[in-house]
Amino acid sequence: MSKISFIQGNIACAEGALAAGCRFFGGYPITPSTEIAEHMAMKLPKVKGTFIQMEDEIGSIAAVIGAAWTGVRAMTATSGPGLSLMMENIGYAVMTETPLVIVDIQRGGPSTGQPTMASQGDMFQCRFGSHGDYSIIALSPATVQEMYEMTAEAFNLADRFRVPVFLMADEIIGHMREKMTLPDTVPVMPVRERTERSTLPFKAEKDGVPGFTPFGKGHHVHVTGLTHDERGYPSTTNPDVHERLVTRLVAKVESTRREIASYDVTNPEAETVFVSYGAPTRAVWQALHDLKDDTVGHFRLKMVWPFPDWVEELFPQAQAYIVPEMNLGLISRELERHVTIPVISVPRLGGALHEPEELIRAVEGAK
Amino acid sequence: MVERDIELLECGHRACAGCGLAMAARLMLKAVGKDVIIVSATGCMEVFSTPYPETAWKVPWIHSLFENAAGVGSGIEASLRRQGRSEKVVIIGGDGATFDIGIQCISGAFERGHDITYICYDNEAYMNTGIQRSGATPYDASTTTSPAGKHSFGNTRPKKDLPAIMAAHGSPYVATATIAFPMDMMKKIERAVATKGPCYVQVHSPCATGWGFESDQTMTIGKLAVESGLWVNFEMVNGEVTRVKKVVRKPVEEYLITQKRFRHLFRPVRQEEEIAKIQAYADRNAEKFSLDIKQQKK
Repeated sequence: MSKISFIQGNIACAEGALAAGCRFFGGYPITPSTEIAEHMAMKLPKVKGTFIQMEDEIGSIAAVIGAAWTGVRAMTATSGPGLSLMMENIGYAVMTETPLVIVDIQRGGPSTGQPTMASQGDMFQCRFGSHGDYSIIALSPATVQEMYEMTAEAFNLADRFRVPVFLMADEIIGHMREKMTLPDTVPVMPVRERTERSTLPFKAEKDGVPGFTPFGKGHHVHVTGLTHDERGYPSTTNPDVHERLVTRLVAKVESTRREIASYDVTNPEAETVFVSYGAPTRAVWQALHDLKDDTVGHFRLKMVWPFPDWVEELFPQAQAYIVPEMNLGLISRELERHVTIPVISVPRLGGALHEPEELIRAVEGAK
Repeated sequence: MVERDIELLECGHRACAGCGLAMAARLMLKAVGKDVIIVSATGCMEVFSTPYPETAWKVPWIHSLFENAAGVGSGIEASLRRQGRSEKVVIIGGDGATFDIGIQCISGAFERGHDITYICYDNEAYMNTGIQRSGATPYDASTTTSPAGKHSFGNTRPKKDLPAIMAAHGSPYVATATIAFPMDMMKKIERAVATKGPCYVQVHSPCATGWGFESDQTMTIGKLAVESGLWVNFEMVNGEVTRVKKVVRKPVEEYLITQKRFRHLFRPVRQEEEIAKIQAYADRNAEKFSLDIKQQKK
């Protein structure tokens, strides 16, 4: 029996992770994400899982990487300053194809910024923050229900693609309490294993992803952040090996963007279209409700990265896009790259959410 | 000389009633004086003492992110000395910033031998983010990330011996102090600041909110920590212990029972075995530092 519950977004996130079989959490307290660590500290030991409070966020993500290589579903949760410390190891996780989940409850930055206020300022950092070319997956919840469901789904995506998957939430969604339905079970993808016997643990299968062979599962696995060949051994001066590896790391995610994309389309015939993700989505919902106008549509991203660059196919009559974001315009810039009509950014800094009236005025301005 | 009348930490800041840190900062500045640049790590002290208009610091003050204070302080000191300037550089951090996230930076600063004083105000957990365990949290203390319950007595590890680690860096002066003995604490900070090279003072600072006691008990509990032998006040010069505050020791339970973080050791049932383990820590301290005053018959 599913259960109606009234809980905080951060607790829903932790519960979603537990339901998805997450059995390792390595973390470090940071506002506004700390409730996730506290809840995992309480709950993980009861399901024979491991909670470790590490000495900082560098240690946290490193421990998560280590745990993932022992074959368990592993995660951490943090906020902006912590995410900045994790950047080196995020690149390492990409290079070593380590499946893991990172929850970022975004707060106002740069630097210490506004620890208790919401922001969406890390949307580019999660995508481009580590050095080198790579690709990741980022989900963006707008409700407590989605904190639960998307966290669970993040583990499936991480396992399928062997990449770090980000849950890019924010202080509003993390600290908000609202009604949600706790389902009996969540869809859990079986652990990806190698389908063919070979001595090449980093040899990609048909979809570009090598089957995962954690330590002790029949392979002499050699894991390194150096450019490596299909055996996993360093090959740092051969241009072809590097190009082949990095191209594959990007392509294994980007080539499936249409298949894995997750978004809601409201009023596909609309002329003016809101594009939103995360907390501002709630202001858009209210604005649409108040407007009662079929010429105004909504493209709501649940998965922000990889970005669905075929927006124009979904809204063929659109004349303008309005993008409310809790930053000075990040995803609006990404959208601009892919469309031919005007993109109007409605930035909001400081932690307060957009007001629906403000968005209604933006629609009037766009007409 | 300690200038008792000088007040360099304004009143009216946002610390909780009975905050040990606020006392530590106020007393510390009396010992350090005006000619100082304070480098602060992230933590309760930073948060309660800095928002305008309750800003409390009457000396130059800088905060970087959580783990960086000793690095920022290193740069300030090196550049000041190059310019022939003599301002003191005092770096302050809580136990989280010092024992855990900042230790790499601190180790570097001490190994390079900067002329700095690092003061750790130790309230034995991450209080700013809501009482999570740190490397300074004592054995069996309940925190939100080491919660006591049916299957756990709280924090499973003893407190990290950070003074020994700092002494191992070749620090010329390492001391422990507590706000419960303010004159002793100020003298030690004065001595640290006057000593050339990287010096370390760890100040025990009871936290009413995080440890769970009434706000008028801060000094009493600070004293009990020393009297029970769980906190030892000492000085180390060039790695040698030169002075120890000796006590007529009280049983550790007199200290433990005053605080909610140890309540599970007494209720619903008394955990003799766990209390005995904590007593053993105190006994080991007593032996190591020859803490006990031999009571003479009159």
